[in-house]
Amino acid sequence: MHPIRKKRLTIVLFLLAGLSVAVALTTYALRQNINLFYDPSQIAAGEAPTDARIRAGGMVEEGSVIRDPDSLKVEFKVTDYSASVPVEYMGILPDLFAEGQGIVAMGRLGTDGRFVADQVLAKHDENYMPPEVSGALEKASKAQTEAAAETATY
Amino acid sequence: MYPELGQLALILALLLAVLLTVVPLAGSLTGRESLQAFARPLTTGMFVFVALAFAVLTHAFMTDDFSVAYVANNSNSMLPWYYKFSAVWGGHEGSLLLWILMLTGWTMAVAIFSRRLPSVMISQVLSVLGMISVGFMLFIVVTSNPFDRLLPNVPADGADLNPLLQDFGLIVHPPMLYMGYVGFAVAFAFAIAALINGRLDAAWARWSRPWTTVAWAFLSGGIALGSWWAYYELGWGGWWFWDPVENASLLPWLSGTALMHSLAVTEKRGVFKSWTVLLAIITFALSLLGTFLVRSGVLTSVHAFASDPDRGTFLLVLLALTVLGSLMLYAFRAPVVHVRSRYGSLSREIFLLLNNVLLVSATLLVAVGTLYPLILDFFQLGKISIGEPFFNLTFSPLAIAAGLLLGVGTFSRWKKTDAGWLGRKILWPLAVSMLISTAAIVAYGGFKPWAFLGLFTACWIAMTTFWDLWDKSGSRKGRVHGLKRQSRSYYGMVLGHLGVAITMAGATVVSNYGIERDVRMVPGDTAQVEDYQFRFVGIGERRGQNFTAQYGTFEVSHEGKFVAELHPEKRQYAVGMSVMTEADIDAGLFRDIFVAVGERISDDAWAIRLQYKPLIRWLWLGAVFMAVGGFLAVSDRRYRIRDPKTSRSTSSAGAATGKTDAQPATGAAS
Repeated sequence: MHPIRKKRLTIVLFLLAGLSVAVALTTYALRQNINLFYDPSQIAAGEAPTDARIRAGGMVEEGSVIRDPDSLKVEFKVTDYSASVPVEYMGILPDLFAEGQGIVAMGRLGTDGRFVADQVLAKHDENYMPPEVSGALEKASKAQTEAAAETATY
Repeated sequence: MYPELGQLALILALLLAVLLTVVPLAGSLTGRESLQAFARPLTTGMFVFVALAFAVLTHAFMTDDFSVAYVANNSNSMLPWYYKFSAVWGGHEGSLLLWILMLTGWTMAVAIFSRRLPSVMISQVLSVLGMISVGFMLFIVVTSNPFDRLLPNVPADGADLNPLLQDFGLIVHPPMLYMGYVGFAVAFAFAIAALINGRLDAAWARWSRPWTTVAWAFLSGGIALGSWWAYYELGWGGWWFWDPVENASLLPWLSGTALMHSLAVTEKRGVFKSWTVLLAIITFALSLLGTFLVRSGVLTSVHAFASDPDRGTFLLVLLALTVLGSLMLYAFRAPVVHVRSRYGSLSREIFLLLNNVLLVSATLLVAVGTLYPLILDFFQLGKISIGEPFFNLTFSPLAIAAGLLLGVGTFSRWKKTDAGWLGRKILWPLAVSMLISTAAIVAYGGFKPWAFLGLFTACWIAMTTFWDLWDKSGSRKGRVHGLKRQSRSYYGMVLGHLGVAITMAGATVVSNYGIERDVRMVPGDTAQVEDYQFRFVGIGERRGQNFTAQYGTFEVSHEGKFVAELHPEKRQYAVGMSVMTEADIDAGLFRDIFVAVGERISDDAWAIRLQYKPLIRWLWLGAVFMAVGGFLAVSDRRYRIRDPKTSRSTSSAGAATGKTDAQPATGAAS
C-alpha cells in the first residue's frame, strides 16, 4: 500500500477504535444510569417501577413532616394535590426544604408504596420551582378540572 | 438620568459593532486599505461605550438606584459595598453585560497586540469579533435590557441578592469563567479569517496559539473557582456534581485543550490544519452552547435566573447561525488547503493526534450526558436525568488513558521516534510511579482498582514530566545553565502537565478515601471520623450586616491533640427570609476537615455533617498550576519578537520556528 494511504488508514482506524470504545462505554453506562421522573399521581397509580432508581417530585404536603427525634430519619408526603406519596429519608435536608415547597427526591419505590429517598433536592431560591414539579402540578390540576367538568355534565 | 445614558451607550456600541462587522471586512475583500483602517478605531469606540454602560450599571448598584428594575431585583441597601459591586453580574442582564464587556475587551486586546499582523488579516479578525458582538448586543438590547426602569412606582428597597451569591466566590468566578468562554471567540475569529483568506498556515497557527492558551488558562481558573465555591458554599462538601451547568463549562475546556495541542502541531509541522480549524469552531460553538444552557433557563440550577422563552430562542438562533455559518464556510474553504508532510507512527504528531481523539471523545461523552435529557424533554419523550455514575464510569477511563498517553508522548519527537529508545526512556518513570502509587495506596488504607489507576496515572504524568525536564536541562555548563536555557513555553507545558497530575491525584484520593458522616448531635457529644474527634460544644447566636446566624462550636482533635475550633453557621437573611448553611473548614494541604450544621431535630439535637477530605486542595492547586503554565507559555519571547515579514516567509516551511519548546535538547538522544 502507498505509505500515505497506509498512514491515513491507521489514523482512520485509530479514530474508529476510539469512537467505538466511547460509544460502547456510553451506551452501557447510559443504560444503567438513566433516572426517570414520576409524579405522585403516576406512583399512586402504580406506573412507577419498584426495581429501579427513579426520581419523584412534587410539593411537600402541609403538616406531613415527621422527624424522628433520635436519628436523622425524616418522613414526609409529596403531593401534586390529587395524589400523595409517603417518602422516607435518612440524612440532612437542604436549606430550602419546607412544607409547601417543591422538591425532587431520588431513590427507590418500595413494594409497599413508600418511597425511600437517598437524595432530596430543593431549589436554590424561594421563587423557583423545579420544572418537573411545576409540570406535574399543572398536569394534576388539569386532570382535576377535566374530572370536575365531566361530573358537571352528568 | 444615568441609566438612560447607559442604555444610549449600549445602543451606540451596537451601532459601532455593526459598522465594525461591515466596513473592515468589505475593505479586506475589496482590497481597500482606507476601509480596513477603520477596524481599530471602531473597536476602540465599541469597547469604550460598552465599558461606559457597565460603569453606569455599577454606579446604579453602588448608589442603590432601585428605580432600575435590575438593581431592585438583585440588590438591597443593606448589602455590603463589595457585594453591591459583584451583584452587577448577579443576575441575567448584568452577567450578559459582563459577557459583552469581556468580548469587547478581548477585541480591544486583539487590536492592540496584533500590530504586526497584516492589515487584511486583522481587519477580518476584528470584523468577525464585531459580528459576535452584534449578536450579543442585539440580545441584550432586545430581550434583556439591564437599564429598564420601574417608574413611577420605585420600590423603597431592593429584593436582595440571592444569599448563595453573597460570597467572595461570586465576585471572582463569573468574570474569570467569562474571560475563558469569550476568549475562545478570538481563536474562532482567527480561524474564520483564515478560512475566508484560504490561508491556513503556520503563521495563522502561531497567531492563534497565545490567544487560545490565555483563554484556556482563564477557563481553567474559572472552572476551579466554581468548584471551590460549590465546595464550601452550596455543595455540602461536594466539589463536582456533573451538573449540566458545570458540564457546560467543561465542554469548551476539553475541546479547548484539544485545540491548544493541535495548534501546536499545526504551527510546528504544518499538518492537521483542517482539523485545527474545525476544533476552533467547535470550541467557540461549545462556549456559546454553554451560554445558552446556562442563560436560557432550560436547566435547573443556581445559574438559571428567571427564565423567559424569548431569551432561549434568541440564544438558540444565535448559536445555530454561528455554527451553520462557520461550518458552511468550513465546508467550502477547508479542502482548499492541502499539505503533504511525513510522520511516522510513533511520532509526536501521532501522540498529539491520539490526545485529540481522547479529548474529543470526552467532549462528546459529556455532551451526550448533558444534552440527551434536554432533547428527550424537548420532544416530550419523557423526563429523565443522567446521574453522576454515568459520567464517573465513562469519563475516568478516558482521563486515565489521556494521562498515560501524555507520559509517553512527553518523550516523543516530531516526525519519528525510535520505539526501542522510547521503551528504555519510559522504564524508570514507570518503575518509580509504580512504587510511589503503591506506597500511597497503602498509606491511605485499602487497595481500590480505580484509586490505584488514578494515582498511578498522576504519578506517571509527574515523573515523565520531571524526567524529560532533567534530560533536556543536561548541559556541559552545568544543570543551572541547562535549566535556564529552556524556553518559557516549555516551562509552561511542564507546569500545565504537572497541574493535570496534581488535579488527578486530588480527585482520585478525595473521591476514594474521603469520608462523610451525617450524625445527630447534642451539645457535649463527640463523634469520630477517621482519626479525628469532633466535640460539639454548643450553639450560639450572632448578627451579621444583613443576617442573623446561629453558629455551632466544634472542637476538633487528632489522636488527643487539639487541631482546630470550627464555627459552622446557619444564617437567616433579613430580606426574603432565606436560610443559608455556611460550613466551616479547617483547610490543609493534605486534608480538609469540614463541619456543617443541618436542621434542628429536637430542642437541643442537631443534624451535623462531618467530613474528612484528603488532598481536596490539590484539585484547585492543579488548576492554578495549569493557569500559571498557560500564562507563562504565552509570555514566551517567540510570540513577541517576530516581524510579520519573517514569519510569513518561514510559515510555509512550518518547522522552521527555531529553538523553541519540544525540540529535544542535545543531551536527550544519548
